[in-house]
Parts: sequence; structure tokens; C-alpha cells
Amino acid sequence: MNLVFRWAWLPRLAQGLALTLELTGLSMALGAAFGIVLALVRVYAKGPLMPLYGLASAYVHFFRGTPLLVQLMALYYGLPTLGVAMSPFTASLLALTLNTAAYQAEYFRGAIQSVKSGQMLAARALGLTRLQAIRYVVLPQALRLVIPPWSNELVYMMKGSAVVYLVGVLELMGQAKNIAAREFRNFEVYIVVALFYLALVFLFTVILRFVENRTRIPGLGVPGRP
Amino acid sequence: MLLRVEDLHKRYGKEEVLRGVSFSLEKGETKVIIGPSGTGKSTLLRCINRLTEPDRGRVFLEDVEITSPRVNINKIRAQIGFVFQDFNLFTHLTALDNVRLGLMRVKGLSKKEATERAMRELARVGLADKAKAYPAELSGGQQQRVSIARALAMDPKLILFDEPTSALDPELIGEVLSVMVELAQSGMTMLVVTHEMGFARSVADEIIFMEKGVIVEQGPPEQLFKSPKHPRTVEFLRRITELYGGEK
Amino acid sequence: MSLEHWLKVWASLPVLLQGLSVNLALLGGLLSLGFFLGLVFAVLEVYGPKPLRLCAALYSWVFRSIPEILLLLLMWFGPAQFGVRIAPFTAAVLALGLRSSAYQAQIFRGALQAVPAGQMLAARALGLSKFQAVRHVLLPQALRLSLAGWGNEFAVVLKDTTLAYAVGVVEVMRQARYLGSREMPLTLPAYITVALLFLVLTYAGLFALGALEKRLRIPGLEARR
Repeated sequence: MNLVFRWAWLPRLAQGLALTLELTGLSMALGAAFGIVLALVRVYAKGPLMPLYGLASAYVHFFRGTPLLVQLMALYYGLPTLGVAMSPFTASLLALTLNTAAYQAEYFRGAIQSVKSGQMLAARALGLTRLQAIRYVVLPQALRLVIPPWSNELVYMMKGSAVVYLVGVLELMGQAKNIAAREFRNFEVYIVVALFYLALVFLFTVILRFVENRTRIPGLGVPGRP
Repeated sequence: MLLRVEDLHKRYGKEEVLRGVSFSLEKGETKVIIGPSGTGKSTLLRCINRLTEPDRGRVFLEDVEITSPRVNINKIRAQIGFVFQDFNLFTHLTALDNVRLGLMRVKGLSKKEATERAMRELARVGLADKAKAYPAELSGGQQQRVSIARALAMDPKLILFDEPTSALDPELIGEVLSVMVELAQSGMTMLVVTHEMGFARSVADEIIFMEKGVIVEQGPPEQLFKSPKHPRTVEFLRRITELYGGEK
Repeated sequence: MSLEHWLKVWASLPVLLQGLSVNLALLGGLLSLGFFLGLVFAVLEVYGPKPLRLCAALYSWVFRSIPEILLLLLMWFGPAQFGVRIAPFTAAVLALGLRSSAYQAQIFRGALQAVPAGQMLAARALGLSKFQAVRHVLLPQALRLSLAGWGNEFAVVLKDTTLAYAVGVVEVMRQARYLGSREMPLTLPAYITVALLFLVLTYAGLFALGALEKRLRIPGLEARR
């Protein structure tokens, strides 16, 4: 056995890395926006908005209960049979976004519900509307509380985005597969890519720790303090 | 007449918490509601600004019927201060921002105006130097004083106090009570639920004794404390004296 | 996508179910592997000597940070590099099982640490060895406390079995793909059917685990949430 490593692989892999970051970043951001809406509906919908609650719950359960790969394949291979064709990148971004939105919705919901009920009460007593109370009092607290689970989700999506090479997106895995197939150096190339992912995860964990510390407020989310 | 409460009823499941409560409050008056725990005192306060919806009965602030479904309750709440037992300061905001929030978002003041006003109210409760502190960095007594400042800043027509000192360590009760005494003397209209009999005796214009969802007896403090008419009032006062050792 | 296509997919349900049985075999294999390794690593991480603790922590971090699908490819091509040929199915069980062991180790470690320290003290005071104390006093409590987290892991790895598609295991995704390439319009109904099958499996599994948790519940021993 002899292991081979070539510097010439790196530019391609760097291109792939950029696309991995783009896919992860976009899907996490879009998923957060959609996820917050889903969470708000699941927590606050009542009266005439109750059907929305049902829809949001069904959505969350469906996308959390089925594999990302099925969602991706259905979008990329399935939708064209209905006349809706998408590029591999678009289909992948859509699948990743729809998937992470369902997970993020649950993290946001947990965070919103862990804001003490007295906070809403005090806001309403001041004369804030329900929407204002959510906007200025509940959400700012919930968004801070959600950082740790959200960090986990980010790492999860960074890893999860690797499956999109199966529909031909040339992100990190896609580039690796091409190099590996051309040079018959599967194992070595994949080891290098694994190191890329380890470095990425390490970097993002450090950054998000930093963000968490910077946004920390005494008494918020610190267990053991009233 | 500033506040008029007519025949309020509230039921939680089987339990009837309020069974027809009526009273009124003149401008500048301080009334203190006393009575055993779980007799609907807090529910009564919350029904007044409809944080809890009453089942039946009406509440008027001056000429406006608060309980009417057509009223903009947020506008009304901005005119009624509310001080909670457990403070409920906004955890993510500094003392200053806690006081500013209502000024900017409900009253629409500019940031500059709101800051000036908020600092004035913080100074009034003796906490100007704590403006930048988060609630968790303040003692219970200081938190409650900030929450009073938060209520005062809105220029309320009256303030409802829901057992404002019950969650405090004994040594912190005094600082909150003295702020409340000053308020009463400055002519603020106040409705206070409390177990502090010393405060009730010295500050209240009138005492309301409530039990099991109804007002049993009301009158000026000297009369109610010295010569209560109803046997239930006598019994309650006897027990509370045993518990707290009479005058504070 | 018409009713006719749905009926054709319905007629092919046995094929899909056969594919799904491969996923379930994968699931059984990887969960068992992950369970035993995870337990060992958790005990090492909590009670082992310091160098071993660090190794266990590093192992756990590496396997939680590399994409599942990449682990699969590595496990498939890696042994070949050293002259060992293994079947795609075995590669998938190994890769997903090692990954799961890292997550399960984390779950068990948390549960072990949640058992009050007095339990260990009392066991040692009786004369039990450290190993006996872990085996007879700590683990029975910790495993009960782990059930909630374990249910979560179950739901994750059940869905991850579809990744074996990438190394050519003929599981349910592959079968669905075959249906679609045989007759294009069957693609979407086939994938939707697969999705529904997973939906049923996920929630049935979680329900069963919930029932198990209830049966094993002991008053006073509850996961703090």
C-alpha cells in the first residue's frame, strides 16, 4: 500500500468548500426565517388561525420524520415529472432549507416557550400589543437561548449538505468524488476532505461560542439563577 | 371617580374566584386590599386591566368602560400601571431599557425623550446609578423599584400593586415600601394588594377586606383595624397579628 | 402523476418493502454496534484514566464532525486500500455504527453524570469494586435516564440508513430509483411512498420507545428536563 497526496487537488477542493459554505449559509439563514415563522405559529396561533397551527405542525413532523435524501431526490428527480425542473444547486438549496426549517422551528419553539410567562404579562400590562410583546420582549430572549441548539444544527447541516453531491452538485464532496474517480485515489482524497470538514466544524464551533459569549446577558439562560 | 368596579365575576373551572366584587376609587386615593391567600385579590387586579378577562361585571376608568369589547385595551393598559409580585422585569434589557420600552413602543417617544424621562423615574426611585445594570445584577428590592419606575414613566392614572413585597427578603421590603409611601403622598392613585399591615394602616385611605371572592368589609384603617364589624375580619386580623407580630 | 401511476407504485410496494427491510437490517446492525461501543466509550470517558478519557473524547468528536456519507465512502474505500474487500452493507453498518457510537457515548455519558454521586459512594461503601458499582448500580439507572436521548438518536439513524444508497446497497432508495428509471412518471409517487414509510417507522419507533420508558420508569428516577 502507498498513500498519495497531491497539492494539485487543493484548488478544486477549495472551490468545493466555497460551495459547501454557500449552501450551508443560505439554507441556514432561509431555514431560520421560515423556522421562526413556523415556531411562532405553533406557539401563538389560536382562534381563526388554528388551521395554520395544524399546517405548521404537519410540516414540521413530515420533514423531521423523513430522510433528507428522500426529500432531495423527490425534488430533483420527482418534480420534473410534473414539469417543474430545477438545477441541481436550486433543488439542493431548496431541500436543505425545507429540511432545516423544520428542525429549527422546534429549536425556536423550545426557546420561545422557555421565556417565562411573566415577561409577556408585564409587556401586555405596559400596553404593548401581542405582536409588539413578541417582537420586543419574547423573541430577543428566545433568540439568545436558541444559540446552543442552533450551533448544533449548523454543524449538522454542514455535514448534511454533503449528500447533495448525489444529484451532481460540485460542493466539497462532489469535487472530491470527481478527483477520486479521475485519479483512482478514492481513500486519500476522502481523507483530505474529512480533514476539511473537521477543520470547518472546529472553526464554526469556536465562532459560535464566541457569539454566545458576546450576546450573553446576566440572568438569561444561566441555570441555577432566578 | 377615577375607577369603578361593578359586580366582577371570574371562575376557573369549578372554582369561583370572584363572586361579585364592586368598589370605586377616587383620584389621589390609596386603597389597600387585604385578606387570606387565594381569595381572588390578584385575580381582581388582573381583571381590572384585563390581563385576565372577567366572566361578568364591568370596570370603568373615568368614563371609559374598560370591559367593553370595543375599547382598545392596549391604550387603557398604558394608563394603568401594574407592579407584579415577582417584578417581571424584562430579563434581556437593562434597567434603563426596561423603563424606556413602553415609552418608545407604546407612547411613541423618541429615544432621547424616552431616555430623559426614564432617567428621571429611575432617579425618583433612587436607582439612577443602576441604569446600565441588567435585572439579574440587581437585588430583589432594586428590581421592584425599577418595575415601579417602569410603571410611573407611563404617566399612569393609577397604579395596581400585586403583593409588591411578598417575594422580597425581609431586609429589602423597607426600601420598596418607602418608595410607595412617597408615591401615595405625592397624590398618585393606588390600589395595593399586600400583607404589610403597617403600610396599610399608615398610608391607606381605605382598607378593603376580601375573602372567598367577595368584599367582606371596607372602611378607613382606624375603624377597620380597631373595631372591625364582621367576625371574619376579626378572625383574619387576629391571625395576621400572630403571624407578623402586629405593628411593623 | 396520475392515479394510474400511484396504483403501479402500490403494486410495487413489496419491492419497496423488501428494500426497506434492508434499511431495517442496517438499522439493527448499526444501533447494536453503536450501543456497545458507545457504552464502553461513555464509561471510559466518565471513569477511565485521563489518557483514555481524552482518546474517547477525541474519537467522539471526530465521528460527530465528519459527514455520515463521507464516513461511508471512507469505510468502503479504506479497507480496499489495504487489500481487504468488504461488502457495501458491511461498510455501511461499520460507518454508521461507529458514528452512532460517538453520539450514543455522549448520551450515556450525560446520563451517567446525572446519577447522583452518592450512589457510587454508597456502592463502594458496601465493598463493591468500581467496575461492579458501575455495572450494578450506575448503569441500570443511567440507561433508564438515556431512553429519551436514545429515542432521538434512533430517529436520526433510521433516516441515515438511506445514505447506504451512496455505496450501492440495494435498499429502499435504490428500489425507488429503479422504479423511477423504469418508468419516469413513477418517480415522485415512489419517493413520496418511501417518505411515508419512514414517517410511519419513525413515529411508531418513538411511540414504542416512549412506552418502554414508561414501563421501566421508577419513582424518583426521572430525567430532569
